[in-house]
Amino acid sequence: MIGTTTPAPTMLDGVPAVVSSRFGVANAHTMGGYTSSGSYVGYQAIRKVLDMSPADASAVVKDATVLGRGGAGFPAGVKWGFTPAGVWPRYIVVNGDESEPGTYKDRMLMERDPHQLIEGCLIAAYAVGAAQVFLYVRGEMPHAQERIAAALDEAYAANLIGKNILGTDFSVDIVLHWGAGAYIVGEETALIESLEGNRGMPRLKPPFFPAAKGLYMAPTIVNNVETLSNLPWLFDHGVEQYREIGTEASPGTRLISLSGHVNNPGVFEIPQGSTTFRDLFELPIYGNGIRTGHELKMFIPGGASAPWFFPEHVDLPMEGRVVGGAGSMLGSGAVVVMDETTDAVKAALRLVRFFARESCGKCTPCREGTSWEEKILQRILDGHGRPSDLELLLDVADNISPGPYPVASDAANDLDAIPYPPRQTTICPLGPSSVAPITSAIRRFRGEFESKIVQRDLISVTSEPVLVDTGHADDGHSHDGGAHAHV
Amino acid sequence: MSRLSAENETLARQIIARYPRPKSATIPLCHLAQEQDGYLADDAMAHVAELVGCTSAEVLGTASFYEMFKRHSVGKFCLNVCTNISCQLLGGEELLEHAEATLGIRSGGTTPDGMFTLEDVECIAACTEAPAVQVNYRFFHRLSTEDLDQLIADLRSGALDDVVPPHGTLGVVRQQLGADQIANITPPEAQTEPVWLVRHRELAEAAAAAAPSTADAGGAA
Repeated sequence: MIGTTTPAPTMLDGVPAVVSSRFGVANAHTMGGYTSSGSYVGYQAIRKVLDMSPADASAVVKDATVLGRGGAGFPAGVKWGFTPAGVWPRYIVVNGDESEPGTYKDRMLMERDPHQLIEGCLIAAYAVGAAQVFLYVRGEMPHAQERIAAALDEAYAANLIGKNILGTDFSVDIVLHWGAGAYIVGEETALIESLEGNRGMPRLKPPFFPAAKGLYMAPTIVNNVETLSNLPWLFDHGVEQYREIGTEASPGTRLISLSGHVNNPGVFEIPQGSTTFRDLFELPIYGNGIRTGHELKMFIPGGASAPWFFPEHVDLPMEGRVVGGAGSMLGSGAVVVMDETTDAVKAALRLVRFFARESCGKCTPCREGTSWEEKILQRILDGHGRPSDLELLLDVADNISPGPYPVASDAANDLDAIPYPPRQTTICPLGPSSVAPITSAIRRFRGEFESKIVQRDLISVTSEPVLVDTGHADDGHSHDGGAHAHV
Repeated sequence: MSRLSAENETLARQIIARYPRPKSATIPLCHLAQEQDGYLADDAMAHVAELVGCTSAEVLGTASFYEMFKRHSVGKFCLNVCTNISCQLLGGEELLEHAEATLGIRSGGTTPDGMFTLEDVECIAACTEAPAVQVNYRFFHRLSTEDLDQLIADLRSGALDDVVPPHGTLGVVRQQLGADQIANITPPEAQTEPVWLVRHRELAEAAAAAAPSTADAGGAA
């Protein structure tokens, strides 16, 4: 009950389990379990890597195109290469501050297979030339912290971490760090600030990205838990086998957290790129259908920050570039399904409220804008919305993310998709992310919003609703990509 | 109310030794203080500041940013109900309302007997097990209102004391990193190119010198 209870995923025929192969093994979190179960033998990959040069090890990760699994999908091998030559020390920080709403995969990886993550850290530290690795685990996950702590102790005792690992000249320390509850700390520069003992506020970048100036202003590689957990299998099986899974642009597998109104919510390891959302929702090994007796209304393809998709988008493959072109993102692999019982205004409010609560307060458009968005949506839902509120909402949103905001196509109204990513007036993407539910919901379900506002007009002393001209209505660079068209 | 105990101060110094710079230990030490007192007391923050070498205002500045640090005493059990999207879709808000009615407090409040503090929290990474609840950050999954009543009753009766430690307790199993185990944790200024990189760079340079036509074999990535 204290740990994760989600069953281990079933793989599609012919697809190997890269990271989840020990999810169903009771003692997989121990050294004994890690070295005797799963799709590869634990701590053999690091032995192979220690016989390679660090440059060759980096090249393997680059050649395999291991995409970052945290949200941005940037290739890890390329990121590693951004560390400037001749500048020491270098640090590796593992981002285990999983808090994107809908995402529930890093906790599984940390609780069920901590040695896999540790071996991934070792490979990365060897290849990059890191002096030390910090495993930043979200504060609200004490069970994951316990499992990692025990695994680190076992690995130190087995001379897999620490001085002269396995008798070589490779030495590295891995330290478990506890977070304390802040979504924004999942942003890599905020994570670094937090690790330095400060408020978790993102740093302005450019000019300096963490790979050049990160922790203590030294070159720092920040990688997601799932990204590093892929490395042992990759080095054990080789680039060719890794690239056989998934697609050319997105090889390998991906953990997807499927939640909401499906018959079988869960964490699934799918081949990247080739699986469609329909497969994910319908296949018995995955979602096993939308909640029986109900139909799909909308779904979020990549966590709370992603613009929504609708029933006509279910045949899109879960491929980063395709989803991006269709107006959303795969983000952290969190798919949230909403059926026809879902109130679009209420769902949008809940998501916006999350961003308002989690805004760090550094940038004014986000600090003020997200709470404005929340207040406006709340009063619409509470039945005292003003006729001008939708325009006001979109105007506030436009101040956080100017210009056309990414949104899915709407064939019924002949509206095209606006591709990802959004523009931003803020340092980090938190503020712009708060706009996703607003533009998605208003463009598609404007009527639902208006029906909640219209009550007030009926009792108004004037028969005509007073519309405030925000100056954005038809100026040719409409921020919501045609959201003004009434549905 | 109190500074760190002698035992916790020793522990704190061990934790500080794991970081290249002491201030990085601020958050773990605040956790230690919260574990000791159930919340983060002013004197404890002053003590943490002494230990990591900054002002107590800086520790307060850091601690006040993070949701988990409570700067006043809370109930024995912090009952956190997730109402974010995945839980909302499956009854998280109704569960929170039920908890409010059952405990007679609103979200954020503490029961007069000091047993429960109720919180409406953001995503706790149990989305496929919605609606989910944490008690002192220990998970309880897929709860109906009846399950929640039972959970509250069990917590009150002490039936779950083995599973749910007092508020502030982080992981019961901690990393045990002794000074003799540490390979190389020094301030960044004291760090140089790692020896295995030096070795491979020199190997590559020697190979390049032996075969000048294949220049730039690449050492440090």
